[in-house]
Amino acid sequence: MGEPLRVVVAKPGLDGHDRGAKVVARALRDAGHEVIYTGLRRSAQQIVDTVRDEDARFLGLSSLSGAHGHLFPKVCELLRTEGLNDVIVFGGGIIPEDDRQALFDCKIRAIFGPGTPTSEILEFIQTSHAMDDAGVGQGTDWHWDQSQ
Amino acid sequence: MTVVDDKDLKENIYLRSIATRKASGSVPLIVADMTQFLLAVGWDRVVIETVGAGQAEVRCAAIADRILVVEGPARGDGVQAEKAGLLELADAVIVNKCDLPGAEQHAGELRESYELGAGTPPPVLLTSALHGTGIEEAASMLLALDASGRSERARWRERLLAHHERKILEAPQLDVLLEKLSAGSMTLDDVIRSIGANEHV
Repeated sequence: MGEPLRVVVAKPGLDGHDRGAKVVARALRDAGHEVIYTGLRRSAQQIVDTVRDEDARFLGLSSLSGAHGHLFPKVCELLRTEGLNDVIVFGGGIIPEDDRQALFDCKIRAIFGPGTPTSEILEFIQTSHAMDDAGVGQGTDWHWDQSQ
Repeated sequence: MTVVDDKDLKENIYLRSIATRKASGSVPLIVADMTQFLLAVGWDRVVIETVGAGQAEVRCAAIADRILVVEGPARGDGVQAEKAGLLELADAVIVNKCDLPGAEQHAGELRESYELGAGTPPPVLLTSALHGTGIEEAASMLLALDASGRSERARWRERLLAHHERKILEAPQLDVLLEKLSAGSMTLDDVIRSIGANEHV
C-alpha cells in the first residue's frame, strides 16, 4: 500500500449502532491507515472539529437511524464553511437507494451499504485519494459507482 | 479518541491522536517534536496520554517532564505494587474508579510500597471520573506538581534508547539492511555500524 492516510470515522446524531462503523474502522486500520473513531452521538460541529484537529484526509459518516438526509449534508456544509474543502467524505449504513443521489449532490463521494466488501472501501479510498478534486468542496461530480 | 463535549472548553483544548507507526515503545518519538512545536506556538501545557504503559514500558519518561500513573482497583495484589518499573518514575499516582471496591486498599498498598523506598514518596490520590469525586483535588495537585527529577538517570536511559531506535527506524537504507540480515550477508553489528556511519556523511 501507499502512505498511511488519516481517516475520521464518525457517528452523527442519535444513533446507537456502530458495529458497521467499527468494521470499517478495523478494515482501514488493518490496511495500514490511521483511523480516528469519534464514538457515538456526535454533533455535526464536533465531527468537523475533529476532522480539522486531526488533519484527516477522509471522513466516513455512518447512520442507521434514517436521519442521513439531514445530518450528512449538514456535515458537508460545515466542512466547506471551515475551509476543509479537500476532505473526501463517504457514507454508509442504512441509506435507501432513493436517498443516495441527494447525498452525491452534496459531494459525498460514496455510499456503502450492508454487505459491501471492505476491499471495495479500500479501493475507493485509493482511487479518490489519487484524484485531486474529490474533496467535499471541490469541483468534480464524480462518485464511486458500486456496480463497477 | 475523545471529543471535548464542553463547548466552553473547546477553544482551549486541542486533541490530536498519533499512530505509533514504526515505533516499538508506547510513545512514538515524533511526539517530542510535536510537543516542542505546540509549546512554541503558545499552548501552555501538553498532556501525553499513552496506550497504557504496563509495568516495564517506561518510554514516556523520555519525553514527559512529569509522569502521572493512573491506576484502578483490582489491578493485582500488593505484590504488583512492589515490582520495579513505571511506578518508580511516577511523580504522582491517581487510583481512578474509586467508586469500585478495592480502590482504597490499592492506594494504601501503593503508599506502603513508596514508604519502603528512598526519597519523598509521590502523592497517591483517589478519584472517580464517573462521579466526579476527587477531580478538583487531583487537578490542583497536578497543576502545582514540580518536575521532580525523580530517577533522572532512568529518564536519560529512555531518551538514549528512544534516540537510538529512531535513528535505526528512520535510516533510509533500513529495508536493504533488513534484507541483508535475512540473507545472512550482514551481522547485527555490521548493521549498527552501517547506520552509525551514515551519521557522519
